[in-house]
Amino acid sequence: MTTAVAPPASTPFTRDLLELMIRGSAAPDWSSDLRREAVARLAALGLPNRRDENWMRTDLRLFKPAGWSFRPAPAAGAALPVGLLTAGSTALAEDFDGIPAEAVAPAALAGRFAALDGHVVVDEIAPELAAQGVVFGSADRLLAERPDAFRPHWFSVIDSGCDWFAALHAAFHRASAVLYVPPRVRVTTPFHVLSALSDGGLDTGHVLVVLGEGAEATVLTETAGGGASGNGGLHCGGTEIVVGQSAFLRMVNLQNWNTGVWHFARQKAVVHAGGRLQWTLGALGSRLSQVAQDVALVGRNADAQVNGVMFTEGRQQLVYNTLQHHEAPACKSDLLYKGALQDRSRLVWRGMIKVDKAAQKTDGYQRNDNLMLSKESRADSIPGLEIEADDVRCTHGATSGRVDTDQIFYAQARGLTADEAARLVVAGFFQQVFDRITIAPVREALARAIGQRIRRIS
Amino acid sequence: MTATGTAGEQLVIKGLHVAVEGQEILKGVDLTIGRGEIHALMGPNGSGKSTLGYAIMGHPNYEVTAGSIELVTADGTRHDVLAMEPDERARVGIFLAFQRPMSIPGVRLAEFLRHSVTNVRNPDRKEGEELMPMREFRSELKAKMGELSMDSEFAKRYVNDGFSGGEMKRAEILQLAMLRPKFAILDETDSGLDADAVRLASESIARIGGAEMGILIITHHEQLLEHNIPLRTHVMLGGRIVESGGPELAAELHKKGYERIRATYPEAAAAERALEQTAVPVGA
Repeated sequence: MTTAVAPPASTPFTRDLLELMIRGSAAPDWSSDLRREAVARLAALGLPNRRDENWMRTDLRLFKPAGWSFRPAPAAGAALPVGLLTAGSTALAEDFDGIPAEAVAPAALAGRFAALDGHVVVDEIAPELAAQGVVFGSADRLLAERPDAFRPHWFSVIDSGCDWFAALHAAFHRASAVLYVPPRVRVTTPFHVLSALSDGGLDTGHVLVVLGEGAEATVLTETAGGGASGNGGLHCGGTEIVVGQSAFLRMVNLQNWNTGVWHFARQKAVVHAGGRLQWTLGALGSRLSQVAQDVALVGRNADAQVNGVMFTEGRQQLVYNTLQHHEAPACKSDLLYKGALQDRSRLVWRGMIKVDKAAQKTDGYQRNDNLMLSKESRADSIPGLEIEADDVRCTHGATSGRVDTDQIFYAQARGLTADEAARLVVAGFFQQVFDRITIAPVREALARAIGQRIRRIS
Repeated sequence: MTATGTAGEQLVIKGLHVAVEGQEILKGVDLTIGRGEIHALMGPNGSGKSTLGYAIMGHPNYEVTAGSIELVTADGTRHDVLAMEPDERARVGIFLAFQRPMSIPGVRLAEFLRHSVTNVRNPDRKEGEELMPMREFRSELKAKMGELSMDSEFAKRYVNDGFSGGEMKRAEILQLAMLRPKFAILDETDSGLDADAVRLASESIARIGGAEMGILIITHHEQLLEHNIPLRTHVMLGGRIVESGGPELAAELHKKGYERIRATYPEAAAAERALEQTAVPVGA
């Protein structure tokens, strides 16, 4: 994997800083010990380099580990950047069928959690859910209260030794959130987790979601803020998801940092027998993103649908490495990533479907479609299959295209302006993935945000 | 040939020269269409009929090198159509039914048409301003689809995406019916249709057009003209309108083809042969 090179000459992420953090934290000793193991690994690792396949298309030359440090806690009442998913819309969705209009006003939330520059600023759960045994909120508090629910999974789902950023996150995670939904409890309203940054700030938040057998939940995580240029912020995060037997989770990760923020995230879900996961990644922001999104299907009939909606502009560079790992028989995974690129931006998707020998009757699919809105943008799609079982159906596809000037002309001939036509064509391009996202406010927010970003197509 | 239409408005084309990728296709076209009039435009493949349609609508690849297209309103005001963007042309009441309509995957026909109808009816609308109210739009669309014997489910499909040839043409007629332009160019709206469908299209166009619309029907066939008797029939050859006449001309061309025309206008016939050799994509 990562070639060890000389560690960065001086980083602020030292053992001394870690001990300082541990002394100031209410987290239990077992979790602090995990941090100490990670800081030891961190000390031995260098920044990922381009000999590593996962990083060969990521330009880290301008990333300097030295300049980052945690900001002091924000003053009470400090402004918190607003997330897209809860900004809400009072408009009513209209449907051609005359089906009752669907309200997209922000629904009541099951719980709210927000962190600013690595400090918890909102930590709430609906009391009726707490009474049902649902646990949600700050990890520092809840790991100690409910080790039974979280300890078996905490930093055991993602590999925290695989590279410098993973190790940094495992050692220095802060202002993290956890959710546990007990068996057979169904939560219909969404949980909301916001990670926010001020200009130049540092966020290392971790999210762990655990659904017991037959449980159901919806989790919306999103990022906001940071500076629009230069080193506008650093997010080095991780997400761990455990979907229990026959449980159903709808998970959304929306990355909407301002365009100066460096974003590194390692995200993995484990889905047990009969469990279902609908996992949507949205990406609109950041200066550079490197995201690993892994799904492991570990029990018979587990099902994962993975959706990606990316819009890049300016000089943004977004890199995704996805893995659909079929470890058990008769599981289904279906990944669809769609990206539209403007200006000189770059989008990379490298996907892998891995089927273990035991995973007969696997149904795996991966597809990546990109739409180039400028001649200077560039998209790379690298699908891959690694199959050890013999009775499987695994397919993949990738397309890359431009907006057709004849499409624009056709719409103009019907009275739409060139800009309106472009927005409609791009909206149509994303419709296929929007059709799969069953959370209306998420669909609406993404469509609106993308519509606002599209400029005249060149 | 410039009999004035009922509303006194005219689309006036004079000395129009059009080039595609540097290759001149139209070599001086004169044509005046009044509102309420039906004109037929016939001619062999590659003679420039579709090019005229695209040039009137303003396709960016069709470069007008000389001549003018003007919309003359009842009070005599002359609007320079060539100075307008294609969407502005649509908003002043010009419509082109495409021979090969473009598909827009992911965009429902109803949604597309709602934008379209809103803009054409409120030419000063800015993007982002309210669309036509859904209820009102829906009932009008359903009524129009009923008149055209179209299933209202059709409006939920993505614009021309996976449509058969016939479905595309019917969708074009539906848009014509919803937009009610002052001037419509129908580019082979009968091609790809079977005999019954052509008859239905012919009746529909007659009903939609009425006395308010000036229509230029580009066709190879007589059948579409059955319910839309042209005031004038024009024959295009080698990028020019070489002859105009009454309905009998359409009947003659249908029966006997273009040999007499080629023999009568050798210069245009030579231009036609020259164009064939340089293989400009027909209707592209």
